[in-house]
Formats: sequence, C-alpha cells, structure tokens
Amino acid sequence: MITIRTSVKAAFCVSLSMLATSLHAQEFTGTLKKIQDTGTITLGTRGASVPFNYLDDNNKQAGFAWEIALRVSDKVKQVLNRADLKTRNLEVTPQTRIALVANQTVDLECSSTTHSLERENQVNFSVTYFSVGARIMVRSDSAIADWKGLAGKNVVVGAGTTTERLLRQVNEREKLGINIIMAPDINEGSMSVESGRADAFVADDSGLFSSAARARNPAKWKIVGEPLEREAYGCMMRKGDAQFKKLVDDLIIDMMKRGEMTALYEKYFTQPLNVRNGFNLQMPMQPATRELYENPSDKVL
Amino acid sequence: MNYSWDFLVYFKQSVTGEGVYWRLLASGLGWTVLLSLSAWVLALVLALGIGIARTLPSPLLRWPAAVYVHCFRNIPLLVQVFLWFYVVPELLPEAIGRAIKQAPATTSQFLTMLLALTLFTAAKAAELVRAGIESVPRGQKQAAMAMGLGFVDSYRLVIVPQALRIIVAPLTSDFMNVFKNSAVALTIGLMELTGRTRQFSEFSAQPFEAFLAATLIYMGVTWCVVLLMRHVETRLRIPGRRGADVWMASTGVP
Repeated sequence: MITIRTSVKAAFCVSLSMLATSLHAQEFTGTLKKIQDTGTITLGTRGASVPFNYLDDNNKQAGFAWEIALRVSDKVKQVLNRADLKTRNLEVTPQTRIALVANQTVDLECSSTTHSLERENQVNFSVTYFSVGARIMVRSDSAIADWKGLAGKNVVVGAGTTTERLLRQVNEREKLGINIIMAPDINEGSMSVESGRADAFVADDSGLFSSAARARNPAKWKIVGEPLEREAYGCMMRKGDAQFKKLVDDLIIDMMKRGEMTALYEKYFTQPLNVRNGFNLQMPMQPATRELYENPSDKVL
Repeated sequence: MNYSWDFLVYFKQSVTGEGVYWRLLASGLGWTVLLSLSAWVLALVLALGIGIARTLPSPLLRWPAAVYVHCFRNIPLLVQVFLWFYVVPELLPEAIGRAIKQAPATTSQFLTMLLALTLFTAAKAAELVRAGIESVPRGQKQAAMAMGLGFVDSYRLVIVPQALRIIVAPLTSDFMNVFKNSAVALTIGLMELTGRTRQFSEFSAQPFEAFLAATLIYMGVTWCVVLLMRHVETRLRIPGRRGADVWMASTGVP
C-alpha cells in the first residue's frame, strides 16, 4: 500500500515537474517577454567609446562590445524563434545609461561600462569580457611619472566615469590637492591636455591607448603610472532578470570557450580599425583579461 | 520598472570620500547661486547701458549696441561658452592664453561662465530695457522737456525710472532663466548643481533620487525668485498705470 501510494505520489511529482519544465521552456519573463511582446530589442550604443562601442568612419556602429551585443540579439531571435525581431539602437552616455536600463528603455548595453558594487543595486552585469585599469596620459616631455606626480596639478577626467571616482578617492586618501577638471567625453579630455589646460588626462588604459593612437602625433604622448585598480567591463541589463542574464552569460562564456572572444580581441585591439584613417591600438592582451577568458566570472574585480 | 528606491541615499557617504551626498548637492547649489546672482547683477548694469543706447538718437552709440545685442542674443549660450573657454585663449597672445589655461581650474571655469552668462543675459535684458523705454508714453518726454529738463535729465529722472518699473514682470522670467542657464557651466567642468547631481547619480547609482532632488531644488530657487520679484513689483508699481485695478482695490477707490 505504502509503496503504491509513494510511487503514485512520486509519479505525480515527476509529471508536475515535467509540466513545469515544459512550461518553463516556453514561458518568457522579464526582458525576453518584453522583447517578444514588442518585437523589438533595444541595444545601447555609444558615439566615441573606441574600440568598445563607437561609430566608425562610415557612420556605422562598430566595436568589440557592440559585436557581443549583436551576438546576444541574434541569440534572442533564435530562442524566441522570431526572425522578424527588430533591433533598435539607442545612444546612451555615461550619465544616462543606468537610468535608461533601469527604466527599461534599453534592454542591453555592452560598451566600456564598469561593473561596480553600487551599480549592482540598479542593474545586472553579465560575465566580464574585459579588464581595464586607470592610468595617466601626459605629454612625452612631462615630468609626471606616477600618481604622486599629479599633486597640485590640473588633471582632466571623464565626468561620470568610475575613473573620476577613483581619481577623487586617491586625491582624498593621499591628500594630493589635485585640481580635477571634468570633461564630458574622452575627446574633450585629450583636447584639454593638448591645449595645455590640463597637465594630465586620467582614464581607463584602453581609452588612453585609443586617444594616443588617434592623436595627430602619437609620439607626443606617453602613458604612465601603475593601473590604480582593475575594473571589470560587462554588459549591463535589467536587474533581477535571471532568465535574460543566463542567456547573455551563456553566450559570452561560450564565446570565450570557443576562442571567439580572443579573435574579437585581436580584431579590435591589434589590427587597424575603420576609424580616423585606420589607426591601430596596438594593445596586446593583458594577463588579467586572458585570465578572465579562461575562468569566466561575473564578479566585481 | 525594476528600480530599488532609496531615499536615505542623500545621507550616505559618497564613495569618493568627499562627504555625504547632500553635501555634494549643497556645494553645487552654492556655485549655482553665486554664479547666477553675480551674472544677473552684472547683466542688469550692462543691459541698462546697452538698452538705453539702443534708444538714443546718436548712431555712434546706437549701432554698436545693436550689433552687441544681435550677436549675443542669436548665438546659443552653449556655443558661446565653448568659444570663450576653448577658442578665445588660443586666439590671444600666447603668454596670456597660457596664463588663462594654467589658472586654477575652478577659477577659470567660474570666470569664463560668469562672462558668458553675463553677456548672454545682458543682451536679452537690454531688449527689455529698450522696449520699456519705448513704451513710456511720448507725452512723458514732452512734459519733461516742457518742465525745463535737458535730454539727459529727462531720461534719468522721468523716462528710465518709469521704463524700469514697467519691465519688472518680464525681467522676472529672465532672472529665472539665469538660474536655469547656469547649468551649461557643467559642460566646461564647473561643478554647479547639475554637475553635482550627475556626479551624485553616477557615484551612488541612484540616478532618480539624485535628479528628483535637483528638480525640487531648482523649483525652490526659481520660486524664491518669483516671490522676490513679485515683492519688488508691488513696491514699485506706478499708481494709475500697470495693475491700476489692483491698486484701486487696495486703496478702496471704486
């Protein structure tokens, strides 16, 4: 008796859980449901975040992280089984991106966006696809060689970036008395140093490499200072949406395992780009990034 | 929307170690008020001169004033600020340009913005002054002349005082615009209220709380302007002219 009852119960449980799985396979929640309902996936774009997400010389969106976003949108088409799905581009800035993801205007933003603990309160981050560190760009004849050398100097930094925050933290901690000048974007940052208004430009190393490579005379610049701390770049998406996050994470991990991520890296960091007469970042892969591709993680560094 | 509100964030320490978030906003408000009030005072003085010059018979005074008004009124403030900040130092002799650029950042940002905002605001206010002068009935001038006042004295004692009283109401909205326009300062890096708000939003990752606070602060400030100007307007009202009905009601005249 007991055995029969137990087995019936077990069978009931199994069928219930099977029902649940089959339902689960079809039922989409959160972002995926919204994309299914509206027939549109909205991707965040950036104008000048070379080489992550930018407009190239043909006015086409390009970039290392942008290609990841496009791969996600293809994957979503596949999973939703909707070839007619539209991809909408929406330009965001460092100041608007979190608000636009939080209020569901943008479904996915992959660019030079740092994964930080505060931002986790509002958004989810995918597995990290890149690691950067804040460094200093100065004229090649400058005496500034490290962070201490910035004491009392005019230093420009991108407004609303995590680098601004790092610089302010160093400034407070070490009592350097740096005159911090805010630049709305990376171009104005390098312009301020070029015109002599600032003595140094502080930004992510990848941003500095791209600024130097794009300058009229790259030999005029040097990049100094130990990276302040490593930062993780990840795709940003709506908070608490485990289903969509899993889709993005699985795709990125898959790209890493298959070596696609390394190939993408080569394309954007070691070869000429279709912007400003084909400049080349010439930035070999850093050990920290290689380590990430071998052991994918979605944690703040 | 999937957003975790946190209204206590204003009292949390900033991640940069620069103090509590509301202090960031307070320091930004300080710069906004300082910048706007100084620009407004300077602009009023300048507008008075330019506006009067525009109504004078002498073309030697009238023309430069007209050119000034047209240049500064027709170019967006943002463009003017960029010109003053980035272009002008390059056009000056190199030593002077370098001195400007090497000056402490906040000082040069503040002074550049003060200059730009003053010139821009004065061009608009000068038009109000001119309109005010032109709306004083012609008979007033004739009467002043008949009383034996000279040209200068009739302007100084009769026409301009009346014109200024007439334009108090439209000046109110110009005064409010100064506060709102001062937000352009963040594009050259001055950490005024909007600049601080963006910082707050970025460091705390609570953008909605940050901008909610900024909205309320701007509304509060401009509302103070309205109250102040309304008070000025009541005090300066010319009995029998604008707002005569209110005046009659308050004095009991039927």
